Amino acid sequence: MLIAVASLTTLGLILGLFLGIAARRLAVEGNPLIDEIQAILPGSQCGQCGFPGCAGAAEALANGNAPVTLCPPGGRDVVVTLANKLGVEVDMSGVKDSGPAVAEIREELCIGCTRCFKVCPTDAVLGAAKHIHNVFREACTACGKCVETCPTEAILMRPVPVTLQSWYWEKPEERLAA
Amino acid sequence: MTHYLLLLLSTALVNNVVLVKFLGLCPFLGISKKIDAAVSMGLATTFVMTMAAAACWLLENWLLVPLGITYLRILVYILVIASVVQFTEMVVRKSNPALYQVLGIYLPLITTNCAVIGVPLITTQEHQPFITSVLYGFGSAVGFTLVMALFAGLRERLALARVPGVFAGAPIALVTASLLALAFMGFAGLAGHGH
Repeated sequence: MLIAVASLTTLGLILGLFLGIAARRLAVEGNPLIDEIQAILPGSQCGQCGFPGCAGAAEALANGNAPVTLCPPGGRDVVVTLANKLGVEVDMSGVKDSGPAVAEIREELCIGCTRCFKVCPTDAVLGAAKHIHNVFREACTACGKCVETCPTEAILMRPVPVTLQSWYWEKPEERLAA
Repeated sequence: MTHYLLLLLSTALVNNVVLVKFLGLCPFLGISKKIDAAVSMGLATTFVMTMAAAACWLLENWLLVPLGITYLRILVYILVIASVVQFTEMVVRKSNPALYQVLGIYLPLITTNCAVIGVPLITTQEHQPFITSVLYGFGSAVGFTLVMALFAGLRERLALARVPGVFAGAPIALVTASLLALAFMGFAGLAGHGH
């Protein structure tokens, strides 16, 4: 019994060490641009761009197969950052940016069907079957998936109100890369 | 020397892992649509199978038998094979990214190729010496590669042939595989009933 445990453990450790060293030696550098673009994207894997998650979208962006305006939850800020990063010109007229928003559930309409928290990519909806759901405002990225799935249209996107805590001096308009 | 040559011939043709023993059918059907990919898969499997045969023999005779824990044989073999496959994946990814893309999910799936664990188990059962075991693994893998290449070639032709609707796709591939297996039965008389 002890021999079996000890020998298998030793074998596993030796093989693990060998593989660990091999992984260091044979490490493959990925495209660093893809990682940088992925860091700009929201990372909520909502899939509204049509790619499988933000990693797929970042790869398509790096290869030039997708427009920088592909990310609905990212809004204007992400478009500007991406355009500057990739050095492309962009037509901002198609981007509707209503500013930061969070989902809000109207309690009188919510039937507790749990559909919205099943689709939420950031687990921002709290709830259980046949109980009124609620939204964690800090976790919501306003991707709008819950709005589409709600059968009673109880969810709406509400702009984040400007309060003394959240107000900031307007930054100068960022120039797009020429 | 003749003995080893006969062994190679026997494992590659007469006792072919895929078409006579019916091991490793998943990659045989899964990745045989293009000759390039099929041969590459065969070569990766050859490397893994030879390494696995050697490593398993060493572990069997230096670890399992002396310590009297032969009941752990399958577990240990799986551990070793998984590690070798992982290592192969790293090497392929580093040395040939295009091949890495082509093989895709089938590369890690060499781990679950039953031919890779089947061959060491057979040699262990037959109490073969070290060199014979390694050659057994290598010969079987060569047979695997050969069959993969043959079958991929057939399927490339099949893609252009007029196949009746009900047989199109997987069914005609399976029928072709069975005919190929029948053809390989002809090798049974080649080396005097396998030896």
